[in-house]
Amino acid sequence: MSADPKRWVAGHVASLPKSGIRDFFELVAKMKGQDVISLGVGEPDFVTPWHIREAAIYALEKGKTYYTSNLGMIELRRAISTYVTEHFALNYRPDDQVLVTVGVSEALDLAIRAFVSPGEKVMYHQPCYVSYSPSITLAHGEAVQVPTYAKDNFALTAEALRAAWKPGCKVLMLNLPCNPTGGTCSVEQLTKIAEFCREKDLLVLSDEIYSELTFDGTHTSIATLPGMAERTIFLHGFSKAFAMTGWRIGYACGPAVLIDAMMKVHQYTMLCASIIAQEAALEALTRGWDAVVKMRDQYHRRRDLVVRRFNEIGLKCHSPRGSFYTFPDVTPIGLTEKEFAVGLLEKEKVAVVPGTAFGENGTGHVRGCFATSYEQLIVACDRIDRFVQGVKK
Amino acid sequence: MNPVLKLLLEGGSLTTAQMAQVVGLSEAEVQQHLEQLKKDKIFLGWRPVLDLSREAAAAAAVRAVIEVKVTPERGGGFNRLAERLARFDEVESCYLMSGGYDLHVLVGGSSLQKVAGFVSEKLSTLEGVLSTSTHFLLRSYKEGGFLIEQAETQVSRLNVSP
Repeated sequence: MSADPKRWVAGHVASLPKSGIRDFFELVAKMKGQDVISLGVGEPDFVTPWHIREAAIYALEKGKTYYTSNLGMIELRRAISTYVTEHFALNYRPDDQVLVTVGVSEALDLAIRAFVSPGEKVMYHQPCYVSYSPSITLAHGEAVQVPTYAKDNFALTAEALRAAWKPGCKVLMLNLPCNPTGGTCSVEQLTKIAEFCREKDLLVLSDEIYSELTFDGTHTSIATLPGMAERTIFLHGFSKAFAMTGWRIGYACGPAVLIDAMMKVHQYTMLCASIIAQEAALEALTRGWDAVVKMRDQYHRRRDLVVRRFNEIGLKCHSPRGSFYTFPDVTPIGLTEKEFAVGLLEKEKVAVVPGTAFGENGTGHVRGCFATSYEQLIVACDRIDRFVQGVKK
Repeated sequence: MNPVLKLLLEGGSLTTAQMAQVVGLSEAEVQQHLEQLKKDKIFLGWRPVLDLSREAAAAAAVRAVIEVKVTPERGGGFNRLAERLARFDEVESCYLMSGGYDLHVLVGGSSLQKVAGFVSEKLSTLEGVLSTSTHFLLRSYKEGGFLIEQAETQVSRLNVSP
């Protein structure tokens, strides 16, 4: 009899690839104690604004330690409904069209589990957030990749979508602005994508977690386009705009029948999101907007700084319209993304993440996050400059 | 808004070279903006924000808030006296207040005697000053936007995350 405990791991879990992020995390962890500047993070450098933290402490003091409704506290759902109307021009009833989740990650997982039967096809654009493809696999769905390209600044196009489509595709996952590329779509592009979704009767899972961090123009949700609200699950959360990653709090909005299906999975797995995080989220929506604007202004200046420096250094880098990620092309200096990331880390102690960790179209690119102080960004850029000069010699 | 002023309002302490990089201007242009702000009397100057409980900062360690009641003058109101008072080096800041008293004066010095001496010999003897009420500062928890003990900065993010 085999003694290897591996035999108990489910086949589809055993065959999930290890996250490329994880590999790189371990590499960086080995350099502990050295003066590493990390542009490898996926979260704000700001601490959650104090008034939000204080509201959570107050809630604890008041003894708010119970389960909430499966859907989430009604006060929070009302606040979400109002916020989404004001900021996205979308209308959802707090009673049955809003579901509070443990981060957008849970909302995405719920949606896939609620809407995808084994063998059904789910489209997503790549490079993308690392969990998209695995979460489809975990639901026994079939992942259908739609490539995005550097020449389009990694905006998804309806043409690429049409080319990748095959019979049986049921769901399309969108993440605009996109982690890791910062890619966004113009309203024209988005309109064409919406037309395609209606033509092929696709359900859209729209992860708009970076939408408040839009620096040029305004963010448009695909759900606002004609005929789309009825086929879109709008996914959002507090992690990025309100600097609340560790609270793990997000939400999903959509047609009542679909939210109810997601809620079924949620009630049997998570039950409800943490009440403390919900209380903090309520405070964020009620009084947090000024802080969001302040942080966004800083990200905006940091973006301009980093994009300018990267291009001066000789990396080809488009200016992301949203998110806090740059996704420069490092091939002009004659290195692959892995060689660049590893070399830069070892020689100059700056961490960036190889683009292939997010999908094959990330080849030749690295993700550099600018959610770090001006001083650190300037030093990081100086070091990258030195590294590139060294490679060129 | 002037991009340099915007950056100053964020409260960081960047050198002009760093500011130049952040706002995408040359160092000379940043310098020009600063000069212009000074000329316009918007930007008055730099001061370090110190934890005055530390020995190294003891030169200005004793501070007091003084509530001053004065007689306003016909024509000049509170201004003439307030401006006169504000010229003393011991006065760090001076505000005209609404409510129970007129001038809120923050005074600093190296010892209790010096501050007390200033109040009794200079401030309260000024013509027009009706009364003073002096409150010594015991401990500071936040200075100029900085927390004195920032436990939260010890928490750090993961170096690499998705």
